Amino acid sequence: MTATDTLAAPPQAVKSNSLLQLTLRRLFKQRNARAGAVILGFLILVAIFAPAIAPYDPTLSLLDIEPVTIRQAPCIHLLGCPEDQAQHLMGLDGNARDQFSRVVYGTRISLFIGFSTIGLAIVAGTLLGAIAGYAGGWVDNVIMRTMDVLLAFPSFLLAIAIITILGRGLQNALYAIAIVNTPHFARLVRASVLSIKEQEFVAATRALGASAPWILFRRILPNALPPLIVQGTLGIAGAILEAAALSFLGLGAQEPAAEWGTMLGRERGQVFTAPYLVFYPGFAIMFTVLAFNLLGDGLRDAMDPRLSQVSKAK
Amino acid sequence: MTQYILRRLLLSIPVLFGILIATFAIARLIPGDPCTAALGERATQAACDAYNLRMGLDEPIYVQLGIYMRDVLTGNLGDSIRFSRPVFTIIIEKLPVTLELGLAALTLAILVGVPAGILSAVRRNSKVDVATMVAANIGVSMPVYWLGLMLAYLFAVLLRDTPFWLPPSGRLTAGLSSIPFYRAWGLPISDGTFGFPIFEFLSNLYILNSIITLNFKVLFDTIKHLILPAVALSTIPMSIIARITRSSMLEVLGQDYIRTARAKGLRERLVVLRHGLRNALLPIITIVGLQVGTLFAGAVLTESIFSLSGVGRSLFDAITGRDYPVIQGFTVVIAVGYVIVNLAADISYAFADPRIKLD
Repeated sequence: MTATDTLAAPPQAVKSNSLLQLTLRRLFKQRNARAGAVILGFLILVAIFAPAIAPYDPTLSLLDIEPVTIRQAPCIHLLGCPEDQAQHLMGLDGNARDQFSRVVYGTRISLFIGFSTIGLAIVAGTLLGAIAGYAGGWVDNVIMRTMDVLLAFPSFLLAIAIITILGRGLQNALYAIAIVNTPHFARLVRASVLSIKEQEFVAATRALGASAPWILFRRILPNALPPLIVQGTLGIAGAILEAAALSFLGLGAQEPAAEWGTMLGRERGQVFTAPYLVFYPGFAIMFTVLAFNLLGDGLRDAMDPRLSQVSKAK
Repeated sequence: MTQYILRRLLLSIPVLFGILIATFAIARLIPGDPCTAALGERATQAACDAYNLRMGLDEPIYVQLGIYMRDVLTGNLGDSIRFSRPVFTIIIEKLPVTLELGLAALTLAILVGVPAGILSAVRRNSKVDVATMVAANIGVSMPVYWLGLMLAYLFAVLLRDTPFWLPPSGRLTAGLSSIPFYRAWGLPISDGTFGFPIFEFLSNLYILNSIITLNFKVLFDTIKHLILPAVALSTIPMSIIARITRSSMLEVLGQDYIRTARAKGLRERLVVLRHGLRNALLPIITIVGLQVGTLFAGAVLTESIFSLSGVGRSLFDAITGRDYPVIQGFTVVIAVGYVIVNLAADISYAFADPRIKLD
């Protein structure tokens, strides 16, 4: 199997292209992955067209504009709310801001948090892991033992500790989450680099006189990509959840930002009198995290050659 | 086996040192002067000098690190700035709350998660399987605090005046109190007695304490207060355990020896539980060990929702109140506990899978 593979190995570009097509075809055969992709697509559209979807400015208090009270219950015309009242699908929050508009705009922040933190963690983790795996020796030891210590803390606790040092705010929360996630990617990339760097095509490239960085970035890392994509997608789900929790505790995004965790944290005391102010932001978090989890699981199954045989046998 | 355990123990020593250095660094990296944090913004230079001398803050940084390590190893975690009490005493007081909550949640997660995973694997692609996995996917995506608040609303408000009503906060109903077992038994133990912290710690575990003192009123009340937070805290671990159990069981059930076991006419129950589950256990143990970190993160949030005065909530209060010794002390204890649990998980592999002996 391996022998024929090596002999008939087509040029890199063609092979990776077909692998991508194969993965995508397998991915969309799964119900879960399809559902995840559809939800994510919907959320991206909501984020892009937020100004068109949201009827109000998410940070605007309506107290002096409309005859409203704070924490007013949802008013939906279809469900029998009088037509002469302004429609507020999810009610008004403690500052008389339209909750629906805030939830819609929150999509932007959450998606941004997910992609930016994990993007940062992937870049940092890949660099550290690649250097550790390729250099070996004491460099490897120093980097990986540091990663071990970072992993020795429960990640949420570590994120809180980092924010204690950096100070509160969304930006620092993003750094904290990126740092906490970096060791996972470093380990993953190091393991891939270790297994790939001994393979024949790498030795061949080295024999041709390629430099170490070139081998690393053009030959080894592209082959380490599939597990990174899977871990990255699942990581985004975790990052959104962690960022919202930090904001809920008042350590992340600050008022008046339309961030779901912040919205939940602000109104948590009103859960018994105005449950709708707590329900919708939390549901939005769950919905978004679910999309990434479904997609990540689907990607893992689609990229795992062992599982494809199982589905063939079925 | 002994060799494996010993090697695993030795390997965790550098990590423990790393944790000590990291928590030491955290305290030094926090903006602001420790003296003004402890004595207030208007402390005079002379008072600060005296404070620095007393706390060893005038020494070179590596000596400070040495002092810190010696203190931690001898159980001296410093005094809380806000409460002027030893951090150690505060931990003895708060840890049982979190431990009780965490253990209740973990037990629930295992008791529901493992059977659900097995059922899913045995009835693969059936309606039960699909429903379980959809529920698990939703469970793993849910913010703990949101679920906690929604459960509190459902059981404390919507189900008020029904038998399903559950209290939304605290550990005990006002008016009830848990009498420490050593006092109930009339033991001559008070603050200062040798081993007092251990007695204090055990008696703060209300469920244990009320069982051994046969105080069933307090026991049922404690359990009633524990249900909502424990359910909220257990959802994520439960979902993860169910998923891992399913995939691990699926892999094992496809093996030849399972076919052999079926072929020789064993009852399906025995095949699944004795031949299947036993061999599928390893990844499940790993994941249970890993859930302790998730549980802790959840505890910070759950305790804050349900007004439970445990480690998570106290740590959060210490952070908002800039109580550095408490932050540092709690972080060390939690991180060390986390390492120990992972160690225990690793060691339990050796029992679950005898092949590891040869490693």
